[in-house]
Amino acid sequence: MTAKQNPAGPARRTWPFAVAFVVVAFAAAGLAALLVNISGRQAEAKNPTVRVVELTDETVDPAIWGKDFPAEYDLYRKTAEMGKTRFGGSEAMPRVPTLDDPRTSVSQSKIDEDPRLKVMWAGYAFAADFREDRGHAHMLDDQGFTKRQQVVKQPGACMQCHASVYPAMMKLGGGDLVKGFEKMNPMPYAEARKLVDHPVACIDCHEPRTMTLRISRPAFLEGMRALKASQGVQSYDPNTMATRQEMRAYVCAQCHVEYYFKGPEKRLVFPWAKGLGADQILAFYDEAGFKDWVHKETGAPVLKAQHPEFETWSQGVHARSGVACADCHMPYMRVGGQKVSDHHVRSPLLNINRACQGCHKWEEKELKERVEGIQTKFYSVRNQAMDALISLIGDLKAAKAAGRSDKDLEGARYLQRRGQFLLDFVEAENSTGFHAPQETMRLLSESIDFSRQGQIALRDPGFKPTVEVVAIATTPAPAPVPPLVK
Amino acid sequence: MLAHLLSLPALALAASLGVAAGLGGYTFVFAKGSSYASDAPAACANCHVMQSRYDSWRSGPHHAAAVCNDCHTPASPAAKYLVKALNGWHHSKAFTSGDYPDVILMRESSRAVVEGQCRHCHADVVASMEAGGAVSCVRCHDSVGHLR
Repeated sequence: MTAKQNPAGPARRTWPFAVAFVVVAFAAAGLAALLVNISGRQAEAKNPTVRVVELTDETVDPAIWGKDFPAEYDLYRKTAEMGKTRFGGSEAMPRVPTLDDPRTSVSQSKIDEDPRLKVMWAGYAFAADFREDRGHAHMLDDQGFTKRQQVVKQPGACMQCHASVYPAMMKLGGGDLVKGFEKMNPMPYAEARKLVDHPVACIDCHEPRTMTLRISRPAFLEGMRALKASQGVQSYDPNTMATRQEMRAYVCAQCHVEYYFKGPEKRLVFPWAKGLGADQILAFYDEAGFKDWVHKETGAPVLKAQHPEFETWSQGVHARSGVACADCHMPYMRVGGQKVSDHHVRSPLLNINRACQGCHKWEEKELKERVEGIQTKFYSVRNQAMDALISLIGDLKAAKAAGRSDKDLEGARYLQRRGQFLLDFVEAENSTGFHAPQETMRLLSESIDFSRQGQIALRDPGFKPTVEVVAIATTPAPAPVPPLVK
Repeated sequence: MLAHLLSLPALALAASLGVAAGLGGYTFVFAKGSSYASDAPAACANCHVMQSRYDSWRSGPHHAAAVCNDCHTPASPAAKYLVKALNGWHHSKAFTSGDYPDVILMRESSRAVVEGQCRHCHADVVASMEAGGAVSCVRCHDSVGHLR
């Protein structure tokens, strides 16, 4: 058994060993890789948090907060991404930057998609430019460069929800938040714009030392105080009295709500003193004699509903079950071994596993179909309500052209105000009916009813509407008179 | 014969086998491999991904009566270790690669095991209920194991 006796022997005997050697070496390498992986996973679980910079009440730049909270910051930055769901979300439409508008992309125009909106908003800035909302990262630019800015003079109050405004207000008020708020509201938009640098940022929702959720918007504090007072709770303050779970909805409700600018001081007010329901809000506006504008075609004293996500959610089953905005729009996720809430705030339909399946153990496909089923039904009735309103506007316009008196048209105009507000309320709301499906359908039914009643009122002088007609002044009050005209 | 065993390739193979065995053994101990043969619930949370399930079991109503294996593995010993092996494979594959969703849903086969175990312990109660056809226990009793 030596090489001399059989020259081919050693080679023949060596190759099985070589193969085995290579196989075992690979196995050992695999084991080493596994060992390193396990060790890495175990290190993840230790969940280290290192604060490298000190954050204070003056730290407005989210990039600085990002040094302490890189996972949350990276996710927050993703709100710049654009993506569509079946009924909502935004598509990036390329645009050539101009001198007065440097944006290279915008979202699709809603008034071009549904021109009936222009009729509904005739005489109001929204008829000039109204686009699908984009992510938080775009809010400051999209507000600053909308054509609405050229059509009307907008006040500094707009900044409340289009910028990270808390430190600016504190500075303006010399440390008094409400004083700063009152100073900023009536400022010309361009002047207030100089005081802010960022879209909504960390400090708008978080206390900088402990990271607890904190309300930074006076309008929400005042609105909640009025709402709770109507329910028998005096001097309510969410910052000291709300649970953490409530705060996970309230911080969003600092902006995702219906509002109006009260009086010449342009105070941002959330109209909740009678309750959060659309009818209660309408009753509040009627009592205040408030109108956003006089409809150009019909002369009706009409209202513009904003984005009442909080109010609508509050009427739905998720609110009833204690599910907050953040549970679905910022669901918990895993980054390494860390559990963080997803600061890439977006539609749950783009994130069904984390947003829905934690509670609803059904397949993604089925969950998506259920949501879209609700939305499809909503959208078809919304279109019927829109048609009903447009019919009333057409009839009113014709009656006005035929020379019928203001007194004659008052009832139909008030019914337009009601029908239009309820339709706009669910239309401006961003869930396409999902946040409270039954309540939303009820509002659409009411809206259709009021629009059709308005048409009957024009045809039949003896017709008695189901609601009492409230007189709303359509001529602007003389300048020195306080805003609440009786 | 002895010369054959002491030949260079044989030594190399033996050495590499030794390295692999040592590395494998160390990895097994480091990853608390033996704990997976036990019924200790803490073993299921060796990987941090199971921590929230472990916590929700500890605050759930069944924690005094049943450990993970009582619901998630079949009662018969052979089937129990087969399910353990299968789940061990699935879990370690997912956790090593990182390819798994944040909200983990049961596979159908795992759901069947749980349903079987409900009936195993509560046989007296369910026998009469199921006369009219099969029903799912956890569809209604979805927080008995893990408090939600």
